[in-house]
Amino acid sequence: MWQWFHKLGSPKWFFGFAGTLIPWLAVGALILLAIGLVWGLLFAPPDYQQGDSYRIIFIHVPSAYLAQSLYIAMAVAGAVGIIWRMKMADTFIAAAAPIGAALTFLALFTGAVWGKPTWGTWWVWDARLTSMLLLFFLYLGIIALRGAMDDRDSAARACAILALVGAVNIPIIKYSVDWWNTLHQPASIKLTEPPAMPAEMWMPLLVMGIAFHLLVGWLVLARMRNEIIERERRTRWLRDWLGSR
Amino acid sequence: MRADNLAPVEYREEAGAGMLRACAVACRRDLLVAFRHRQDIVNPLVFFVIVVSLFPLGVSPDLDFLREAGAGIIWVAALLAILLSLGNLFRNDYEDGTLEQWVLSPQPLFVLVLVRVLTNWMVAIVPLLLLVPVLGLMVHLPADLIGVLTLTLVLGTPVLILVGAIGAALTVSVRSSGVLLALIILPLYVPVLIFGTGAVAAAADNVPIVGHLAILGAMLALAITLAPLAIAAALRMSVASG
Repeated sequence: MWQWFHKLGSPKWFFGFAGTLIPWLAVGALILLAIGLVWGLLFAPPDYQQGDSYRIIFIHVPSAYLAQSLYIAMAVAGAVGIIWRMKMADTFIAAAAPIGAALTFLALFTGAVWGKPTWGTWWVWDARLTSMLLLFFLYLGIIALRGAMDDRDSAARACAILALVGAVNIPIIKYSVDWWNTLHQPASIKLTEPPAMPAEMWMPLLVMGIAFHLLVGWLVLARMRNEIIERERRTRWLRDWLGSR
Repeated sequence: MRADNLAPVEYREEAGAGMLRACAVACRRDLLVAFRHRQDIVNPLVFFVIVVSLFPLGVSPDLDFLREAGAGIIWVAALLAILLSLGNLFRNDYEDGTLEQWVLSPQPLFVLVLVRVLTNWMVAIVPLLLLVPVLGLMVHLPADLIGVLTLTLVLGTPVLILVGAIGAALTVSVRSSGVLLALIILPLYVPVLIFGTGAVAAAADNVPIVGHLAILGAMLALAITLAPLAIAAALRMSVASG
Protein backbone atom coordinates (compact mmCIF):
# COMPACT_ATOMS: atom_id res chain seq x y z
CA MET A 1 0.00 0.00 0.00
CA TRP A 2 2.58 2.57 1.12
CA GLN A 3 5.04 1.47 -1.49
CA TRP A 4 2.41 2.15 -4.12
CA PHE A 5 1.79 5.56 -2.58
CA HIS A 6 5.48 6.40 -2.68
CA LYS A 7 5.70 5.29 -6.29
CA LEU A 8 2.86 7.66 -7.09
CA GLY A 9 5.11 10.50 -5.94
CA SER A 10 7.84 9.72 -8.44
CA PRO A 11 7.47 11.57 -11.75
CA LYS A 12 9.49 8.93 -13.56
CA TRP A 13 7.34 6.02 -12.38
CA PHE A 14 4.14 7.96 -12.95
CA PHE A 15 5.22 8.96 -16.44
CA GLY A 16 5.63 5.32 -17.45
CA PHE A 17 2.49 4.23 -15.61
CA ALA A 18 0.39 6.91 -17.32
CA GLY A 19 1.96 5.99 -20.64
CA THR A 20 0.83 2.37 -20.36
CA LEU A 21 -2.62 3.36 -19.11
CA ILE A 22 -3.41 5.99 -21.75
CA PRO A 23 -3.93 3.70 -24.79
CA TRP A 24 -6.39 1.52 -22.84
CA LEU A 25 -8.33 4.52 -21.58
CA ALA A 26 -8.35 6.11 -25.02
CA VAL A 27 -9.60 3.00 -26.81
CA GLY A 28 -12.21 2.31 -24.13
CA ALA A 29 -13.40 5.93 -24.10
CA LEU A 30 -13.73 6.13 -27.89
CA ILE A 31 -15.56 2.81 -28.21
CA LEU A 32 -17.98 3.56 -25.36
CA LEU A 33 -18.54 7.12 -26.58
CA ALA A 34 -19.43 5.79 -30.02
CA ILE A 35 -21.78 3.16 -28.59
CA GLY A 36 -23.37 5.53 -26.10
CA LEU A 37 -23.86 8.39 -28.57
CA VAL A 38 -25.38 6.24 -31.30
CA TRP A 39 -27.55 4.35 -28.83
CA GLY A 40 -28.65 7.44 -26.94
CA LEU A 41 -29.18 9.77 -29.87
CA LEU A 42 -30.67 7.33 -32.40
CA PHE A 43 -32.11 4.24 -30.72
CA ALA A 44 -33.30 5.19 -27.23
CA PRO A 45 -37.03 5.92 -27.19
CA PRO A 46 -38.15 9.57 -27.07
CA ASP A 47 -39.45 10.90 -23.77
CA TYR A 48 -43.23 11.03 -23.55
CA GLN A 49 -43.15 14.62 -22.29
CA GLN A 50 -40.03 16.21 -23.73
CA GLY A 51 -39.80 14.32 -27.01
CA ASP A 52 -36.32 14.21 -28.46
CA SER A 53 -34.91 17.22 -26.63
CA TYR A 54 -34.23 15.11 -23.54
CA ARG A 55 -31.44 13.32 -25.44
CA ILE A 56 -29.02 16.03 -24.41
CA ILE A 57 -28.82 14.40 -20.98
CA PHE A 58 -26.47 11.83 -22.50
CA ILE A 59 -23.88 14.63 -22.67
CA HIS A 60 -25.19 16.90 -19.95
CA VAL A 61 -25.42 14.55 -16.98
CA PRO A 62 -21.96 12.92 -17.29
CA SER A 63 -20.22 16.26 -17.82
CA ALA A 64 -22.02 17.92 -14.89
CA TYR A 65 -21.28 14.95 -12.65
CA LEU A 66 -17.60 14.82 -13.59
CA ALA A 67 -17.20 18.60 -13.33
CA GLN A 68 -18.21 18.38 -9.68
CA SER A 69 -16.23 15.28 -8.76
CA LEU A 70 -13.12 16.60 -10.50
CA TYR A 71 -13.12 19.64 -8.20
CA ILE A 72 -13.31 17.39 -5.15
CA ALA A 73 -10.47 15.31 -6.59
CA MET A 74 -8.46 18.52 -7.01
CA ALA A 75 -9.08 19.45 -3.37
CA VAL A 76 -7.93 15.98 -2.26
CA ALA A 77 -4.83 16.38 -4.41
CA GLY A 78 -4.32 19.81 -2.84
CA ALA A 79 -4.41 18.29 0.65
CA VAL A 80 -1.99 15.56 -0.42
CA GLY A 81 0.28 18.20 -1.94
CA ILE A 82 0.30 20.33 1.20
CA ILE A 83 0.73 17.46 3.65
CA TRP A 84 3.24 15.26 1.82
CA ARG A 85 4.70 17.82 -0.59
CA MET A 86 4.05 15.37 -3.40
CA LYS A 87 4.99 16.75 -6.80
CA MET A 88 2.44 14.70 -8.69
CA ALA A 89 -0.44 16.17 -6.68
CA ASP A 90 0.25 19.59 -8.12
CA THR A 91 0.73 18.14 -11.58
CA PHE A 92 -2.76 16.70 -11.19
CA ILE A 93 -4.26 20.07 -10.19
CA ALA A 94 -2.53 21.80 -13.08
CA ALA A 95 -3.80 19.17 -15.51
CA ALA A 96 -7.33 18.83 -14.12
CA ALA A 97 -8.35 22.48 -13.68
CA PRO A 98 -8.79 23.37 -17.38
CA ILE A 99 -10.56 20.06 -18.03
CA GLY A 100 -12.90 20.67 -15.11
CA ALA A 101 -13.62 24.19 -16.36
CA ALA A 102 -14.35 22.81 -19.83
CA LEU A 103 -16.71 20.17 -18.41
CA THR A 104 -18.52 22.78 -16.33
CA PHE A 105 -18.90 24.96 -19.38
CA LEU A 106 -20.17 21.97 -21.37
CA ALA A 107 -22.73 21.21 -18.68
CA LEU A 108 -23.90 24.85 -18.61
CA PHE A 109 -24.02 25.07 -22.39
CA THR A 110 -25.94 21.83 -22.91
CA GLY A 111 -28.26 22.85 -20.09
CA ALA A 112 -29.00 26.15 -21.83
CA VAL A 113 -29.57 24.40 -25.15
CA TRP A 114 -31.97 22.02 -23.42
CA GLY A 115 -33.66 24.79 -21.46
CA LYS A 116 -34.65 26.79 -24.53
CA PRO A 117 -37.17 24.25 -25.95
CA THR A 118 -38.16 22.84 -22.54
CA TRP A 119 -38.47 25.92 -20.32
CA GLY A 120 -38.69 28.45 -23.15
CA THR A 121 -35.60 30.33 -21.96
CA TRP A 122 -31.84 29.95 -22.21
CA TRP A 123 -31.13 30.71 -18.61
CA VAL A 124 -33.05 30.52 -15.33
CA TRP A 125 -31.66 31.57 -11.98
CA ASP A 126 -32.35 28.10 -10.77
CA ALA A 127 -30.37 26.82 -7.80
CA ARG A 128 -28.59 24.10 -9.73
CA LEU A 129 -27.69 26.32 -12.66
CA THR A 130 -26.40 29.01 -10.34
CA SER A 131 -24.23 26.67 -8.31
CA MET A 132 -22.76 25.23 -11.52
CA LEU A 133 -21.99 28.77 -12.67
CA LEU A 134 -20.21 29.44 -9.38
CA LEU A 135 -18.27 26.19 -9.77
CA PHE A 136 -17.18 27.46 -13.18
CA PHE A 137 -15.91 30.67 -11.55
CA LEU A 138 -14.03 28.64 -8.93
CA TYR A 139 -12.26 26.70 -11.69
CA LEU A 140 -11.40 29.93 -13.52
CA GLY A 141 -10.01 31.36 -10.27
CA ILE A 142 -7.63 28.42 -9.85
CA ILE A 143 -6.50 28.65 -13.48
CA ALA A 144 -5.96 32.42 -13.15
CA LEU A 145 -4.02 32.07 -9.90
CA ARG A 146 -1.71 29.48 -11.45
CA GLY A 147 -1.22 31.65 -14.50
CA ALA A 148 -0.32 34.70 -12.42
CA MET A 149 2.47 33.10 -10.40
CA ASP A 150 5.88 32.71 -11.96
CA ASP A 151 7.44 30.45 -9.39
CA ARG A 152 6.23 26.88 -9.81
CA ASP A 153 6.46 25.78 -6.17
CA SER A 154 4.53 28.75 -4.87
CA ALA A 155 1.93 28.37 -7.63
CA ALA A 156 1.52 24.76 -6.53
CA ARG A 157 0.98 25.67 -2.89
CA ALA A 158 -1.28 28.60 -3.73
CA CYS A 159 -3.51 26.48 -5.96
CA ALA A 160 -3.62 23.70 -3.36
CA ILE A 161 -4.73 26.16 -0.66
CA LEU A 162 -7.32 27.73 -2.96
CA ALA A 163 -8.67 24.32 -3.98
CA LEU A 164 -9.08 23.38 -0.32
CA VAL A 165 -10.76 26.69 0.56
CA GLY A 166 -13.08 26.23 -2.41
CA ALA A 167 -13.90 22.68 -1.35
CA VAL A 168 -14.89 23.89 2.13
CA ASN A 169 -17.06 26.50 0.46
CA ILE A 170 -18.75 24.29 -2.13
CA PRO A 171 -21.32 22.76 0.26
CA ILE A 172 -21.99 26.20 1.79
CA ILE A 173 -22.46 27.74 -1.65
CA LYS A 174 -24.66 24.87 -2.75
CA TYR A 175 -27.02 24.98 0.22
CA SER A 176 -27.20 28.76 0.34
CA VAL A 177 -28.04 28.91 -3.37
CA ASP A 178 -30.69 26.22 -2.87
CA TRP A 179 -32.21 28.24 -0.08
CA TRP A 180 -31.99 31.53 -1.95
CA ASN A 181 -33.85 30.04 -4.85
CA THR A 182 -36.66 28.60 -2.75
CA LEU A 183 -36.98 31.97 -1.03
CA HIS A 184 -37.18 34.06 -4.15
CA GLN A 185 -39.07 32.14 -6.77
CA PRO A 186 -41.22 29.38 -5.36
CA ALA A 187 -42.03 26.99 -8.17
CA SER A 188 -42.37 29.43 -11.02
CA ILE A 189 -40.59 26.89 -13.17
CA LYS A 190 -40.41 23.31 -12.10
CA LEU A 191 -38.12 20.68 -13.47
CA THR A 192 -40.45 18.14 -15.04
CA GLU A 193 -39.78 15.29 -12.70
CA PRO A 194 -38.83 12.45 -15.01
CA PRO A 195 -40.70 9.27 -14.22
CA ALA A 196 -38.45 6.40 -13.23
CA MET A 197 -36.47 6.03 -16.44
CA PRO A 198 -37.02 2.90 -18.48
CA ALA A 199 -33.97 0.76 -19.07
CA GLU A 200 -33.69 1.79 -22.71
CA MET A 201 -32.97 5.30 -21.48
CA TRP A 202 -30.66 4.77 -18.52
CA MET A 203 -28.56 2.06 -20.14
CA PRO A 204 -27.08 4.44 -22.75
CA LEU A 205 -26.72 7.04 -20.00
CA LEU A 206 -24.71 4.55 -17.98
CA VAL A 207 -22.55 3.80 -21.01
CA MET A 208 -21.97 7.51 -21.53
CA GLY A 209 -21.14 7.95 -17.85
CA ILE A 210 -18.44 5.28 -18.02
CA ALA A 211 -17.22 6.69 -21.34
CA PHE A 212 -16.85 10.17 -19.83
CA HIS A 213 -14.90 8.76 -16.88
CA LEU A 214 -12.48 7.05 -19.24
CA LEU A 215 -12.28 10.15 -21.43
CA VAL A 216 -11.48 12.42 -18.49
CA GLY A 217 -8.96 9.90 -17.16
CA TRP A 218 -7.31 9.82 -20.55
CA LEU A 219 -7.19 13.60 -20.93
CA VAL A 220 -5.95 14.21 -17.38
CA LEU A 221 -3.19 11.61 -17.69
CA ALA A 222 -2.13 12.94 -21.08
CA ARG A 223 -1.96 16.49 -19.73
CA MET A 224 -0.07 15.27 -16.66
CA ARG A 225 2.49 13.62 -18.93
CA ASN A 226 2.94 16.90 -20.77
CA GLU A 227 3.39 18.70 -17.45
CA ILE A 228 6.00 16.14 -16.40
CA ILE A 229 7.87 16.56 -19.67
CA GLU A 230 7.97 20.30 -19.13
CA ARG A 231 8.98 20.16 -15.49
CA GLU A 232 11.49 17.33 -15.64
CA ARG A 233 13.04 18.24 -18.97
CA ARG A 234 16.46 18.60 -17.40
CA THR A 235 16.49 15.14 -15.81
CA ARG A 236 18.52 12.30 -17.23
CA TRP A 237 15.72 9.75 -17.57
CA LEU A 238 13.47 12.07 -19.51
CA ARG A 239 16.27 13.05 -21.91
CA ASP A 240 16.99 9.38 -22.46
CA TRP A 241 13.31 8.75 -23.12
CA LEU A 242 13.06 11.69 -25.50
CA GLY A 243 16.23 10.56 -27.23
CA SER A 244 14.85 7.08 -27.75
CA ARG A 245 11.81 8.38 -29.55
CA MET B 1 36.43 28.47 32.18
CA ARG B 2 33.41 26.97 33.83
CA ALA B 3 30.66 25.64 31.67
CA ASP B 4 27.82 27.27 33.58
CA ASN B 5 29.12 30.69 32.61
CA LEU B 6 28.32 29.84 29.01
CA ALA B 7 24.71 28.96 29.71
CA PRO B 8 22.44 31.27 27.72
CA VAL B 9 20.49 33.86 29.64
CA GLU B 10 17.10 32.44 30.31
CA TYR B 11 14.19 34.79 30.17
CA ARG B 12 10.78 33.25 30.31
CA GLU B 13 7.41 34.86 30.54
CA GLU B 14 4.35 33.20 31.80
CA ALA B 15 2.86 30.87 29.24
CA GLY B 16 0.69 32.85 26.85
CA ALA B 17 1.77 36.26 28.12
CA GLY B 18 4.16 36.75 25.20
CA MET B 19 1.47 36.02 22.69
CA LEU B 20 -0.96 38.46 24.26
CA ARG B 21 1.69 41.14 24.31
CA ALA B 22 2.57 40.47 20.69
CA CYS B 23 -1.11 40.80 19.81
CA ALA B 24 -1.38 44.07 21.68
CA VAL B 25 1.73 45.45 19.98
CA ALA B 26 0.54 44.33 16.55
CA CYS B 27 -2.91 45.79 17.12
CA ARG B 28 -1.47 49.10 18.34
CA ARG B 29 0.87 49.30 15.37
CA ASP B 30 -1.91 48.56 12.86
CA LEU B 31 -4.13 51.23 14.39
CA LEU B 32 -1.26 53.72 14.28
CA VAL B 33 -0.47 52.94 10.64
CA ALA B 34 -4.14 53.24 9.74
CA PHE B 35 -4.42 56.55 11.55
CA ARG B 36 -1.42 57.93 9.70
CA HIS B 37 -2.70 56.80 6.30
CA ARG B 38 -6.21 58.11 6.67
CA GLN B 39 -6.64 58.40 2.91
CA ASP B 40 -6.43 54.60 2.57
CA ILE B 41 -9.47 54.33 4.81
CA VAL B 42 -11.41 57.18 3.26
CA ASN B 43 -11.01 56.07 -0.36
CA PRO B 44 -13.00 52.81 -0.09
CA LEU B 45 -15.73 54.71 1.76
CA VAL B 46 -16.03 57.24 -1.06
CA PHE B 47 -16.05 54.36 -3.52
CA PHE B 48 -18.86 52.74 -1.50
CA VAL B 49 -20.99 55.88 -1.65
CA ILE B 50 -20.34 56.39 -5.37
CA VAL B 51 -21.27 52.81 -6.28
CA VAL B 52 -24.54 53.05 -4.36
CA SER B 53 -25.41 56.31 -6.08
CA LEU B 54 -24.73 54.82 -9.51
CA PHE B 55 -27.72 52.49 -9.27
CA PRO B 56 -30.50 55.10 -9.12
CA LEU B 57 -28.70 56.87 -11.98
CA GLY B 58 -28.11 53.77 -14.03
CA VAL B 59 -31.27 51.76 -13.45
CA SER B 60 -34.11 53.85 -12.13
CA PRO B 61 -34.74 56.47 -9.44
CA ASP B 62 -38.21 54.95 -9.03
CA LEU B 63 -39.14 54.65 -5.34
CA ASP B 64 -40.55 51.13 -5.62
CA PHE B 65 -37.44 49.85 -7.40
CA LEU B 66 -35.13 51.44 -4.85
CA ARG B 67 -37.10 50.06 -1.92
CA GLU B 68 -37.00 46.62 -3.51
CA ALA B 69 -33.34 46.64 -4.52
CA GLY B 70 -31.81 49.04 -1.98
CA ALA B 71 -30.54 46.46 0.48
CA GLY B 72 -28.99 44.39 -2.30
CA ILE B 73 -27.31 47.46 -3.79
CA ILE B 74 -25.81 48.47 -0.46
CA TRP B 75 -24.62 44.92 0.19
CA VAL B 76 -22.97 44.61 -3.22
CA ALA B 77 -21.37 48.04 -2.89
CA ALA B 78 -20.00 47.17 0.57
CA LEU B 79 -18.67 43.90 -0.80
CA LEU B 80 -16.87 45.66 -3.65
CA ALA B 81 -15.47 48.32 -1.32
CA ILE B 82 -14.07 45.60 0.94
CA LEU B 83 -12.61 43.81 -2.06
CA LEU B 84 -10.92 47.02 -3.15
CA SER B 85 -9.38 47.63 0.27
CA LEU B 86 -8.09 44.05 0.59
CA GLY B 87 -5.23 44.67 -1.83
CA ASN B 88 -3.46 46.73 0.86
CA LEU B 89 -4.03 44.27 3.69
CA PHE B 90 -0.60 42.62 3.51
CA ARG B 91 1.03 44.49 0.63
CA ASN B 92 3.20 46.98 2.56
CA ASP B 93 4.25 44.43 5.14
CA TYR B 94 5.22 42.06 2.36
CA GLU B 95 7.34 44.66 0.63
CA ASP B 96 9.18 45.96 3.69
CA GLY B 97 9.84 42.49 5.13
CA THR B 98 7.54 42.65 8.15
CA LEU B 99 5.81 39.49 7.00
CA GLU B 100 9.10 37.62 7.13
CA GLN B 101 9.49 38.69 10.75
CA TRP B 102 5.95 37.47 11.40
CA VAL B 103 6.76 34.09 9.92
CA LEU B 104 10.00 33.88 11.93
CA SER B 105 8.50 35.11 15.19
CA PRO B 106 7.87 32.61 17.98
CA GLN B 107 4.21 33.64 18.13
CA PRO B 108 1.79 31.55 16.09
CA LEU B 109 1.29 33.17 12.71
CA PHE B 110 -2.45 32.61 12.60
CA VAL B 111 -2.93 34.64 15.79
CA LEU B 112 -1.01 37.59 14.36
CA VAL B 113 -3.04 37.26 11.18
CA LEU B 114 -6.28 37.24 13.12
CA VAL B 115 -5.25 40.42 14.93
CA ARG B 116 -4.43 42.08 11.63
CA VAL B 117 -7.76 41.12 10.08
CA LEU B 118 -9.85 42.19 13.07
CA THR B 119 -7.99 45.48 13.37
CA ASN B 120 -8.61 46.06 9.70
CA TRP B 121 -12.29 45.35 10.27
CA MET B 122 -12.35 47.98 13.00
CA VAL B 123 -10.68 50.72 11.01
CA ALA B 124 -12.14 50.00 7.58
CA ILE B 125 -15.60 48.57 8.16
CA VAL B 126 -16.90 50.38 11.22
CA PRO B 127 -16.87 53.75 9.40
CA LEU B 128 -18.58 52.02 6.48
CA LEU B 129 -21.29 50.74 8.81
CA LEU B 130 -21.82 54.27 10.07
CA LEU B 131 -22.53 55.34 6.49
CA VAL B 132 -25.15 52.63 5.96
CA PRO B 133 -28.08 54.49 7.60
CA VAL B 134 -27.41 57.55 5.44
CA LEU B 135 -27.29 55.50 2.26
CA GLY B 136 -30.32 53.52 3.41
CA LEU B 137 -32.27 56.77 3.56
CA MET B 138 -31.02 57.70 0.10
CA VAL B 139 -32.45 54.47 -1.34
CA HIS B 140 -35.67 54.95 0.67
CA LEU B 141 -35.34 51.93 2.93
CA PRO B 142 -37.73 52.08 5.92
CA ALA B 143 -36.00 52.68 9.24
CA ASP B 144 -36.55 49.18 10.64
CA LEU B 145 -35.06 47.62 7.50
CA ILE B 146 -32.01 49.86 7.81
CA GLY B 147 -31.55 48.39 11.29
CA VAL B 148 -31.76 44.85 9.95
CA LEU B 149 -29.42 45.71 7.08
CA THR B 150 -26.84 47.12 9.50
CA LEU B 151 -27.14 44.04 11.68
CA THR B 152 -26.52 41.69 8.74
CA LEU B 153 -23.53 43.79 7.70
CA VAL B 154 -22.12 43.64 11.23
CA LEU B 155 -22.29 39.84 11.10
CA GLY B 156 -21.36 39.45 7.44
CA THR B 157 -18.48 41.87 6.85
CA PRO B 158 -16.01 40.07 9.17
CA VAL B 159 -16.62 36.92 7.11
CA LEU B 160 -15.95 38.88 3.93
CA ILE B 161 -12.69 40.25 5.30
CA LEU B 162 -11.55 36.89 6.68
CA VAL B 163 -12.26 35.05 3.43
CA GLY B 164 -10.88 37.90 1.36
CA ALA B 165 -7.69 37.91 3.42
CA ILE B 166 -7.03 34.36 2.20
CA GLY B 167 -7.06 35.69 -1.34
CA ALA B 168 -4.98 38.72 -0.39
CA ALA B 169 -2.39 36.45 1.23
CA LEU B 170 -2.31 34.16 -1.80
CA THR B 171 -1.80 37.01 -4.27
CA VAL B 172 0.42 39.33 -2.21
CA SER B 173 3.50 38.36 -4.22
CA VAL B 174 1.71 38.86 -7.55
CA ARG B 175 2.12 42.20 -9.26
CA SER B 176 -1.13 44.08 -10.06
CA SER B 177 -3.22 41.49 -8.28
CA GLY B 178 -6.48 43.45 -8.09
CA VAL B 179 -8.52 41.67 -10.75
CA LEU B 180 -7.04 38.29 -9.85
CA LEU B 181 -8.06 38.81 -6.23
CA ALA B 182 -11.61 39.63 -7.29
CA LEU B 183 -11.75 36.60 -9.55
CA ILE B 184 -10.74 34.10 -6.89
CA ILE B 185 -12.63 35.65 -3.98
CA LEU B 186 -15.99 36.83 -5.34
CA PRO B 187 -17.47 33.32 -5.87
CA LEU B 188 -16.72 32.60 -2.22
CA TYR B 189 -18.67 35.71 -1.16
CA VAL B 190 -21.96 34.45 -2.59
CA PRO B 191 -23.32 32.68 0.53
CA VAL B 192 -22.76 35.75 2.73
CA LEU B 193 -24.45 37.96 0.17
CA ILE B 194 -27.43 35.60 -0.13
CA PHE B 195 -28.12 35.44 3.59
CA GLY B 196 -27.34 39.11 4.19
CA THR B 197 -29.83 40.33 1.62
CA GLY B 198 -32.18 37.43 2.41
CA ALA B 199 -32.56 38.66 5.99
CA VAL B 200 -33.57 42.13 4.80
CA ALA B 201 -36.04 40.67 2.29
CA ALA B 202 -37.50 38.45 5.01
CA ALA B 203 -37.86 41.41 7.37
CA ALA B 204 -39.65 43.34 4.61
CA ASP B 205 -42.13 40.43 4.34
CA ASN B 206 -42.56 40.34 8.15
CA VAL B 207 -41.01 36.88 8.32
CA PRO B 208 -38.72 36.09 11.29
CA ILE B 209 -35.08 36.73 10.41
CA VAL B 210 -33.50 34.75 13.24
CA GLY B 211 -32.68 31.88 10.89
CA HIS B 212 -30.78 34.13 8.50
CA LEU B 213 -28.87 35.78 11.33
CA ALA B 214 -28.07 32.39 12.86
CA ILE B 215 -26.61 31.16 9.58
CA LEU B 216 -24.60 34.36 9.15
CA GLY B 217 -23.32 33.84 12.67
CA ALA B 218 -22.45 30.24 11.88
CA MET B 219 -20.48 31.37 8.83
CA LEU B 220 -18.68 33.91 11.01
CA ALA B 221 -17.80 31.20 13.54
CA LEU B 222 -16.52 28.95 10.76
CA ALA B 223 -14.55 31.74 9.08
CA ILE B 224 -12.97 33.04 12.28
CA THR B 225 -11.73 29.57 13.21
CA LEU B 226 -10.63 28.20 9.82
CA ALA B 227 -9.69 31.25 7.73
CA PRO B 228 -6.68 32.33 9.87
CA LEU B 229 -5.11 28.92 9.29
CA ALA B 230 -5.53 29.25 5.53
CA ILE B 231 -4.27 32.85 5.60
CA ALA B 232 -1.21 31.78 7.59
CA ALA B 233 -0.48 28.95 5.15
CA ALA B 234 -0.88 31.31 2.21
CA LEU B 235 1.41 33.93 3.79
CA ARG B 236 4.07 31.28 4.46
CA MET B 237 3.86 30.35 0.79
CA SER B 238 4.13 33.97 -0.35
CA VAL B 239 7.06 34.76 1.93
CA ALA B 240 8.91 31.59 0.92
CA SER B 241 8.55 32.45 -2.75
CA GLY B 242 9.47 36.11 -2.37
